[in-house]
Amino acid sequence: MYVAVKGGETAIAHSLDLIADKRRGDRGVTELSLEQIDQQLGLAVDRVMTEGSCYDRALAALAIKQARGDLVEAIFLLRAYRTTLPRFGDSVPLDTTSMVVERRISGTFKDIPGGQVLGPTYDYTHRLLDFSLAAAGERPHAPTAPVDSAQALPRVGDILERDGLLEPPPGRSEGEKAEDLTRQPLTLPASRPLRLQNLTRGDEGFLLALGYSTQRGYGNNHPFVGEIRFGSVPVSFVPEELGFAIEIADIDVTECDMVNQFAGSHDVPPQFTRGYGLAFGHAERKAMAMALVDRALRAQELSESAESPAQDEEFVLAHSDNVEASGFVQHLKLPHYVDFQSELVTVRALREEVEKRNRRAALDQAAE
Amino acid sequence: MPDTNIADGAYNYAYLDEQTKRMIRRAILKAVAVPGYQVPFGGREMPLPYGWGTGGIQVTAAIIGQDDTLKVIDQGADDTTNAVSIRRFFAKVADVATTTSTEEATIIQTRHRVPETPLREGQIMVFQVPIPEPLRMLEPRETETRTLHALSEYGVMQVSLYESIARHGRIAKTYNYPVMVNDRYIMSPSPIPKFDNPKLDRSPALQLYGAGREKRIYAVPPYTPVKSLDFDDHPFEVESWTECCALCGSRESFLDEMIVDDAGKRMFICSDTDWCERRR
Repeated sequence: MYVAVKGGETAIAHSLDLIADKRRGDRGVTELSLEQIDQQLGLAVDRVMTEGSCYDRALAALAIKQARGDLVEAIFLLRAYRTTLPRFGDSVPLDTTSMVVERRISGTFKDIPGGQVLGPTYDYTHRLLDFSLAAAGERPHAPTAPVDSAQALPRVGDILERDGLLEPPPGRSEGEKAEDLTRQPLTLPASRPLRLQNLTRGDEGFLLALGYSTQRGYGNNHPFVGEIRFGSVPVSFVPEELGFAIEIADIDVTECDMVNQFAGSHDVPPQFTRGYGLAFGHAERKAMAMALVDRALRAQELSESAESPAQDEEFVLAHSDNVEASGFVQHLKLPHYVDFQSELVTVRALREEVEKRNRRAALDQAAE
Repeated sequence: MPDTNIADGAYNYAYLDEQTKRMIRRAILKAVAVPGYQVPFGGREMPLPYGWGTGGIQVTAAIIGQDDTLKVIDQGADDTTNAVSIRRFFAKVADVATTTSTEEATIIQTRHRVPETPLREGQIMVFQVPIPEPLRMLEPRETETRTLHALSEYGVMQVSLYESIARHGRIAKTYNYPVMVNDRYIMSPSPIPKFDNPKLDRSPALQLYGAGREKRIYAVPPYTPVKSLDFDDHPFEVESWTECCALCGSRESFLDEMIVDDAGKRMFICSDTDWCERRR
């Protein structure tokens, strides 16, 4: 009985011991190190950092180890830690134009200044199980070209923008403070920055399905990949006592600039619109899905009809968070027997009334 | 126990940092000033899952001090798994005395029940709330329900109760039964059975409601009228049992039904374990 009249405390203690034991598994197998998780399960680390809103590879690796590879659980662990950290301030906005790219591609032009850089990607692998990976062995290093970190790659979007073909990204007025979803409740309608925060933290699977739905006609917005870039960017911060920006870190991010359906009217010359996606680490699926959903959520702003789920701000933003969703779905495991008892009492009473009515009807019929 | 090393000074008293506690206290003060109104607050990620009492835990963490005595119940019982877990959390992070006695407690955090023992002045009930919006199942949009509350436009709720009567011959809502607070706001009493609704009315204790996932706090100050919605010809009534408690013989408490064998034989016992033990 999971709700023992007495003894719940001991049962919980034993359950905790058991999960720790399961986590370790067969003691004859070498224990995973955080470095191994970071280096060899790097994309899992990237996802946990992105949806956990915390850029720390070691902590994310620890969370993955503690959660036995359950990434939603790991995201939860990282978030619960992050929430206790003090806040020193806001960084200077990232300048992704100055990114040192490992990968950069465009789906809109055959060639672009700086070139298409494939970098590491699964895109061209044949999905055949590589049985040579089943055994440990020496793996050769890949040849790489020297990196020119001084060269800033112009963005495809900037080039289109110059000709007025693409709407410029929204500006930020001087002194405007960035809102923080982890400190304030979400209020609706939400500003676009707040929406983007929500989407970056949002569950990859949820965004993927929503983005996909827009491609299948539920709020189509004719997307093209203007550009996807992955690489490292410096993070700058202005300490109050210094008054000027200093670089405090380099982080890896994936950015997707989606070029979408044009808008315009009789008087306003038509112009392509944009959807935007950004994630920590290498996460193209997430960044692209996010860009599709971001664009879908702009339906109202762009005077489009908004009838599909992906265009419904309240529906999307209220259900994107997997830590919230996982908790609430799984809370059904908690005892509900008081509520269920109330329902039982009522259903029994209602059934009794119906039976009484039926008996009376049968008697009346027999009497006729 | 391998679960946590929370007691070694790595975390602030009662887990939340002082800034966050102040923010929550401000929300609570506002909630007390406007009984039944849902105050948005910057809910934090807690080390327990959403849906398992994170709102109640944040409220308790913001108001608890070392002089307090905490009681935590789930389904009326002190020994249900989630109640044990939350009580242990506060014993660890707030170094606070805990009790199972309703009378001794200064703060009672609860899920789904109000204790049978009458509350007194100075006590605080903290309710864990899954869906704070009483109109949510009738209107899923927050932007809409906010307007309905602002205008006291509650026709949709009355219609839903009327439809229940039309279909079943009575109001078939059994828990989370909507109440009108201080003649102004319709409020969700959290999923307590309607049996407990009368205990909310003019209670000498302060009632605080915390919804963590939905990031809302609301309150009913002591001695505030709380009326369960009904109609003149269909007055509000609570559940009753033909059986009495098999352990203490109580006829006036909420009874849980237990199935004791494969033949479906049943036994009824008090849901409030403290109340039941006292009477035996």
